[in-house]
Amino acid sequence: MSDKLFVDSYDVASGAFQTAGDASASIKRKLKQLGVDAVTLRRVAVASYEAELNLIIHSNGGNLIMEMSPDEVMLISKDVGPGIPDIGKALEEGYSTASEEARDLGFGAGMGLPNMKRNADHFDIVSEVGVGTTIRMGFAIKR
Amino acid sequence: MQDKRFHSVRLDKDKCKACTNCLKRCPTEAIRVRGGRAHIIDERCIDCGECIRVCDYHAKFAQTDPLSSLEQFKYKIALPAPSLYGQFKHLISPSQVLDGLLAMGFDDVYEVANGADIVTRAIRERMRNAQPEDYPIISSACPAIVRLIRVRFPDLLSHIIDIRQPMEVAAMVAKKEFCKKHNVNPEDVGCFFITPCAAKMTAIRNPIGHETSAVDGAISMLEIYGVLASHIKKNHSDSKRATASSYGVGWANSGGEAAAVCPEHSMAVDGIENVIRVLEEIENNKLQDLVFFEGAACTGGCVGGPLTFENSYVARNAVQMLMNGCDITHPDDKVNDSYLGKYQLIAEKAILPNSVMRLDDDIVEAMRKMEQMEEIVRSLPGYDCGSCGSPTCRTFAEDIVRGFCNKMDCIHILKEQLKIMAQQMVELAKTTRE
Repeated sequence: MSDKLFVDSYDVASGAFQTAGDASASIKRKLKQLGVDAVTLRRVAVASYEAELNLIIHSNGGNLIMEMSPDEVMLISKDVGPGIPDIGKALEEGYSTASEEARDLGFGAGMGLPNMKRNADHFDIVSEVGVGTTIRMGFAIKR
Repeated sequence: MQDKRFHSVRLDKDKCKACTNCLKRCPTEAIRVRGGRAHIIDERCIDCGECIRVCDYHAKFAQTDPLSSLEQFKYKIALPAPSLYGQFKHLISPSQVLDGLLAMGFDDVYEVANGADIVTRAIRERMRNAQPEDYPIISSACPAIVRLIRVRFPDLLSHIIDIRQPMEVAAMVAKKEFCKKHNVNPEDVGCFFITPCAAKMTAIRNPIGHETSAVDGAISMLEIYGVLASHIKKNHSDSKRATASSYGVGWANSGGEAAAVCPEHSMAVDGIENVIRVLEEIENNKLQDLVFFEGAACTGGCVGGPLTFENSYVARNAVQMLMNGCDITHPDDKVNDSYLGKYQLIAEKAILPNSVMRLDDDIVEAMRKMEQMEEIVRSLPGYDCGSCGSPTCRTFAEDIVRGFCNKMDCIHILKEQLKIMAQQMVELAKTTRE
């Protein structure tokens, strides 16, 4: 892997539905300016949006970070809790622990993590109840 | 004649006051104000006409073909956009508009709404072979939206349907039928689209998806409105000349194409900012059940074009009323199979992304410039006031990195700098006195 050359970080607050999509929109805009190919762009767009919404719906707040090298876009979602008790279950399609409020807004279909995993080339999730969750997703850039 | 750099949207330098109205509204950040006037960046402009609409000084205008250009051809055919029908109140039939065009001196007239009927059938045939990854299929009818996608949503280009616009199909059919009927040379026949917008004019001179346009020119609706209206006023009968279905005529309004092509699981959005918001959602895979997406740059659809005369809501109602009197046979049954084989309805060329937003063709260099840009952004006030001549502080930082301006073009930074200098001068004066 080559050196990281560009890092971009966004604070995402818990329950911030009003600004949902801002961080991923900004990431998309930058990747377009950076000249990332259309196929990779679309995959990052879907995963970053899902990651941002997960932070809003499920976490106590956290960060969405984009690290880019000439060969790879890395998306990192890092939160400060509450942590996922059963990661295996959370990765199942259709499984969701979204609140009533989030479901009323049309979220919580249980496709967030599976969608992120499906779109990324590498997907790595570490979680500890009471501490937080960190998801790392790698997307190879076509050149 | 084809001109790769042709843009219909232009600036009248003498009328421009260098305000920031157009600067702020351009969806592709294609305008800068420098040296006391606006400049349009050709590579970025998508000819949507937003700037024409918001300019209080009428400094922005659409270049279309003058009526005198008809004289280049021995025979002239008018291709009225269905939105033209909405420009006249109290019509009993679109035929009155067609008769009016003939009275104006056109040798023949062919409804673009008929072209829309053929295109509807062609799109539906094409959609039968669609793969899951093709959804949502995006309409290619609004040339400003196609260009918007090239600039801002390159990852959605593969969703655009590769069928030509109704105007192109109408021109091909009209010319062929006229030549056959009158036994004349195609070179002697000119097909002129009666256009509601600048984007169609650009689509004729500088086409996307095919090498050359079948349309020979575009006349602005505003230019012929007065003369046409006076001819229509004299004629209150229905010659039954108009043959397009209510579906084809409906393409004039936002939602008309979607209703004809894909009545279920489709979405029609009008107004370029609204279209951008929905394209963002499509990009995020948020609209999973969507099969067909129709986006129109103008409010209300083509009836809201910058070159129309009538208020778009009034025109919309007028079109709706006329639709009630049109043939209600769906294009699937109305359009003969022979049209599908006889004409080149499928676009010949792939639509390629417009990479003008890239900071650099080399990704490493682009990353370096992006880093620089971020640093500049952090030092700017973030007012997005436009005083520097760039639409936002972010674009200003981008313009600095691209080498088009420098930080002192920001009046707030300049003010800060002057304050420091004034302070230094005071201190200097004090020390020299001692």
